[in-house]
Amino acid sequence: MENLDIMKPENIVYKKPALLTDNIMHYCPGCSHGTVHKLIAEVIEEMGIQDRTIGVSPVGCSVFAYNYIDIDWQEAAHGRAPALATAAKRLCPDKYVFTYQGDGDLASIGTAEIIHACSRGENIVVIFINNGIYGMTGGQMAPTTLLGMKTSTTPYGRDPKLNGFPLKITEMLAALDGTAYITRQSVHTAAAARKAKNAIRKGFEYSAKNIGLSFIEIVSTCNSGWKLSPVEANKWMTEHMFAKYPVGDIKDVLK
Amino acid sequence: MAEKILMKGNEAIAFSAIRNGVDGYFGYPITPQSEVMETLMKEKPWETTGMVVLQAESELSSINMVYGGASCGKKVMTSSSSPGISLMCEGISYIAGAELPCVIVDVMRGGPGLGTIQPSQSDYFQTVKGGGHGDYHSIVIAPASAQDMYDFVDWGFDLAFKYRTPVIVLADGIIGQLMEKVELHPMKPRRTAEEILRDAPWATTGKPAGRERNVITSLSLDADTQEAFNQKLLAKYEAIKANEVKFSEYLTSDAEYLFVAFGCSSRICEAAVDILREEGIKAGLIRPITLFPFPEKELNRLAGQVKSMMSIELSLGQMVEDVRLAADGQCPVGFYGRQGGNIFTPEEIVEEFKKFNKLS
Repeated sequence: MENLDIMKPENIVYKKPALLTDNIMHYCPGCSHGTVHKLIAEVIEEMGIQDRTIGVSPVGCSVFAYNYIDIDWQEAAHGRAPALATAAKRLCPDKYVFTYQGDGDLASIGTAEIIHACSRGENIVVIFINNGIYGMTGGQMAPTTLLGMKTSTTPYGRDPKLNGFPLKITEMLAALDGTAYITRQSVHTAAAARKAKNAIRKGFEYSAKNIGLSFIEIVSTCNSGWKLSPVEANKWMTEHMFAKYPVGDIKDVLK
Repeated sequence: MAEKILMKGNEAIAFSAIRNGVDGYFGYPITPQSEVMETLMKEKPWETTGMVVLQAESELSSINMVYGGASCGKKVMTSSSSPGISLMCEGISYIAGAELPCVIVDVMRGGPGLGTIQPSQSDYFQTVKGGGHGDYHSIVIAPASAQDMYDFVDWGFDLAFKYRTPVIVLADGIIGQLMEKVELHPMKPRRTAEEILRDAPWATTGKPAGRERNVITSLSLDADTQEAFNQKLLAKYEAIKANEVKFSEYLTSDAEYLFVAFGCSSRICEAAVDILREEGIKAGLIRPITLFPFPEKELNRLAGQVKSMMSIELSLGQMVEDVRLAADGQCPVGFYGRQGGNIFTPEEIVEEFKKFNKLS
């Protein structure tokens, strides 16, 4: 059978989500952002909520998320996305509001905003990309950088005496009464991406139930920052990042 | 007859917000303006007009809530006092850069640092000259009474939406705390979803099929794009300067000496003018009501008429720089100020006036 014979609409098993724009992504090959963007676009498309969704993008590599997912977006100052989302959701309670934030944005400069958005139980979704490094500014230490990990500001490896310890902010947020669903996922395999997508969808569905904040951490790779090939970066992530940041649900108030 | 109620300037802000169809208030407690949020919480407008009122975890957060709400095309505001406004300056710069409308009330207290909790006008530079980073202006309007506090909320939103820019109501501890009669105008309803779509087509209201997505951002990495945006802002500020200057005059037509003062200082200066007039000295007063845009043309014209001008401020001398620029060397420009929460009396101003003009 020739390839052309099976290239028919009825045989399509996968295609680019309609909500993913045709803009060429600026992300490095191997970066997790593109995959997570695709999953979010699929969830919004499948739920049919494009006209009711407001995204809030951060400062960091994913500042340009608004170029790739075809919904209305607000671009926040560094760390402040949960404050924007709080107001958007409270003023427009019929909308689905989510933030998309990296580890520097959420777990360093924006700790106050995320903690208090969680504590107030804002009915928003937070997608938290944790790759243990600052990508946009060129590979500096993040709050989630592992001990011993080399970055441009920990050139000899992260030393707890000098640089403090990695911050497990997701576990901290699970302790807050205002959070409804807290999970940690990854997108390094097709199976993992499917689970992550289910988690994102659950977060969006929970946000419409007005039961509190849903928080989906995606343990991610930054192969450019880590100075590894995409394949090596995935391997390094499963061996090292997962040891500190184990994947799986941490809290689900409806279970 | 319109209803008149005795209230504090800070309370007037709160009642005005509820009665003028404001959608949301986001604030953080700080003296001397905490009555704004306290009054709103007591009045529970979410049960009547549907207005959202939220106490944020910091001024950083409250100004960014304003950013998020304004991005949705909503009429949103915050209030604070000097140290809190310092924290908000990042957000104000982003709001100006993203061309969002909002109203920010600054009930000034003395600084620098934690300073005092008493009244001051020492944040003229911060609010009129920028505050945050980058080439931007906020429209700055300066109330001098509790009635002004009430009226300037609505006027502020008109300006904010007309130009898609932040508007700062620059009050001080005196105006915030004094109790005066305030005339309440008829209630204005909050705008409907349809009205927001009509008036703010740029807002993040959810992208329907058939329109481009709306993106609220202040980012452009390309130099030419950013420069074109800066030029667009310049044109906006020129239009504001051409159309929105507002000031009041007191006995200026035959004045030989001119005081320039805003806010509470202008009321004290009025009494100083009266004292001098009784002595046969032809003094007058200009009260800039808009500080940006500044009434530079009017002051320039008067500088050719009077023997001298004096800027009277509760600071070490900030607006006086703009008065000098406006006078453009046509007459001497003096300054008198008090600091730390101390307030000048009319007699004290008269004495300093005579010293400066060598009239005693």
